[in-house]
Amino acid sequence: MLSIQNLHAGIEEREILNGINLEIKAGEVHAIMGPNGSGKSTLASVLAGRDGYNVTQGTADFAGKNFLDLSPEDRAREGLFLAFQYPVEIPGVSTTNFIKTAVNETRKYHGQEPLDAVGFLKLMKEKMKMLHIDQSLLSRSLNEGFSGGEKKRNEIFQMIMLQPKLAILDETDSGLDIDALRIVAHGVNQFRSKDNGVLVVTHYQRLLDYIVPDFVHVLYNGRIVKSGTKELALELEEKGYDFIKNQVNEPETV
Amino acid sequence: MNEMLSTLEETALSDYKYGFVTNIEADSAPKGLNEDIVRFISAKKNEPEWMLEWRLKAYRHWLKMVEPQWANLKYPPIDFQDIIYYSAPKTKANPKSLDEIDPELKKTFDKLGISLEEQKRLTGVAVDAVIDSVSIGTSFKEQLAELGIIFCSMSEAIREHPELVRKYLGSVVPMTDNYFSALNSAVFSDGSFCFIPSGVRCPMELSTYFRINAENTGQFERTLIVAEDNSYVSYLEGCTAPMRDENQLHAAVVELVALSHAEIKYSTVQNWYPGDKEGKGGIYNFVTKRGICAGEHAKISWTQVETGSAITWKYPSVILKGDHSIGEFYSVAVTNNHQQADTGTKMQHLGKNTKSRIVSKGISAGFSNNSYRGLVHIGKTAKNARNHSQCDSLLLGDKCGAHTFPYIEVKNNDSVVEHEATTSKIGEDQIFYCNQRGLDTETAVALIINGFAKEVMNQLPMEFAVEAQKLLAISLEGSVG
Repeated sequence: MLSIQNLHAGIEEREILNGINLEIKAGEVHAIMGPNGSGKSTLASVLAGRDGYNVTQGTADFAGKNFLDLSPEDRAREGLFLAFQYPVEIPGVSTTNFIKTAVNETRKYHGQEPLDAVGFLKLMKEKMKMLHIDQSLLSRSLNEGFSGGEKKRNEIFQMIMLQPKLAILDETDSGLDIDALRIVAHGVNQFRSKDNGVLVVTHYQRLLDYIVPDFVHVLYNGRIVKSGTKELALELEEKGYDFIKNQVNEPETV
Repeated sequence: MNEMLSTLEETALSDYKYGFVTNIEADSAPKGLNEDIVRFISAKKNEPEWMLEWRLKAYRHWLKMVEPQWANLKYPPIDFQDIIYYSAPKTKANPKSLDEIDPELKKTFDKLGISLEEQKRLTGVAVDAVIDSVSIGTSFKEQLAELGIIFCSMSEAIREHPELVRKYLGSVVPMTDNYFSALNSAVFSDGSFCFIPSGVRCPMELSTYFRINAENTGQFERTLIVAEDNSYVSYLEGCTAPMRDENQLHAAVVELVALSHAEIKYSTVQNWYPGDKEGKGGIYNFVTKRGICAGEHAKISWTQVETGSAITWKYPSVILKGDHSIGEFYSVAVTNNHQQADTGTKMQHLGKNTKSRIVSKGISAGFSNNSYRGLVHIGKTAKNARNHSQCDSLLLGDKCGAHTFPYIEVKNNDSVVEHEATTSKIGEDQIFYCNQRGLDTETAVALIINGFAKEVMNQLPMEFAVEAQKLLAISLEGSVG
């Protein structure tokens, strides 16, 4: 589904990703872990096409297309979803109206008729239950005055409404209490299917107790330095990131 | 961000779709202004002697005045001798019915999306159509007359209802009020007159559509709305002009009189030609709008969506004379390219327990400058008055400006005045967030802008809200890449 080959990218002259290789197949959940500044969020931003990041080398194929050639909106319409670490506020635009616009822009891209108000509300009601989302939240301006937990739940709700092929969760666990974490994880687990993939970007192992990954990768200095199964996450939790740093740095010091 | 800005610099104003010219012969006064021109206009309109005297008085006063310089606007001096002060489409004067209107003119208004056909009742809007200096027709006149409502052109009102015009004309905006109102008083050509008698709730939106067509012509319309005790009226004006390289002057005066327990809701969608993207051409819009809540519990509400004009100088105001009266001002002003707007309001609290509310939303893009200028005056007699003002500015790009000039004068100590102001930018992270959800940048900007302006847009009559929303999006098309 997603195939990243030797991806080098950065901001202005500074290279942050130094040759990422990653394969995500439909039905898989991958977790990317790493210390602060290792390039986790940069990877998420580069894949989503955020302005200001330059790709200097490598490819990223998504659903058979070279993704890096597409505009951010076309990547989204092709089925890439990014749950933001810091969801932005848009005053005066109701969450419902925003999601409806998003759903219909994607439908339009695929040559489908837009959903009318009735059809959309029906779909929304159905999905709201899953995330314990209240109607009043959706009537409010997008993310404006939302608590940290509400913002993250709203991200996952949008993911469920848009049904992407690949969802990237960028530090979705940050700022969540344990109850909110459970609700968010529940939403992601409901979303998981054999037809879609999930990439969880996280600093802590905690989230992976609830969203159990098939593969775990450790990112350090812009490179994936270690890959494994969910046990790798537990090992990291136990030994800390220093254990990775030491392993990586050792050959250089010899 | 850099990419966003460079695209912004490259952008052009989206096509101004009202920029066409109607080819129709016009009956015009020679260029320039002097007493003879004032007499000429008055004679053209078959005005009574008192009206001519009033105009001449205004003209003589205007000669002694100087153009105001205090606004945050930059423009070359206006040559008042280089303007044609009267131009009328050469057509049958005073058409008895709408069927007699020149089909060319009807076509013009059809093209603008304004239907003068009364059959199209579904719209439920009565329209007075003014082209250059004259009104060419008013719809639904008879139906309104049955309720005692007078809705006609100002010229007709002067001839047919002189007692009302004499009583109220200049009562809210005296001819000596300011430079442009004095000029208007001398040379005003047409406009609308509405009179809602006591106890009547006007059943439909009243609307005037102003169109400047002829070249080198100024439009100086005069509108007067009087709502007697316990009456209600909602009125909307719209305006467009052809695209021309020269600047054209528009100096209007609008007066509103709300008597006891009366309510006037006045909405404007101003879309005069703004000039091209280099700032060439466009309308100079110098307008004086003021209402008086003359009786207790009267209410006047101004709503404006200002997207057009090269220069806007406009401060719709309310004199809150009656006890418990209410004044409101809701404004969205959009400036793009080289447009300049200096707009706001004045709330003059004189009566006890009077309330006013100001919501101003300024949106600037391109190289434009957008200023809010407002005065809240609470007089000695205005015990327990309240005001709340909110001024928000939104900037698109880094070459435009937003300015706020609030003036507050409080002369008693039991009143409450609140002022809030914010300035924000459309963030690239807002745009990216929308992009990531499948919205292209144009759609994202339209969404963000409409969200920003929502509080004001909600005040517009339903029939116009959708159109105004589209207008906002069009005015800013391409301003963020």
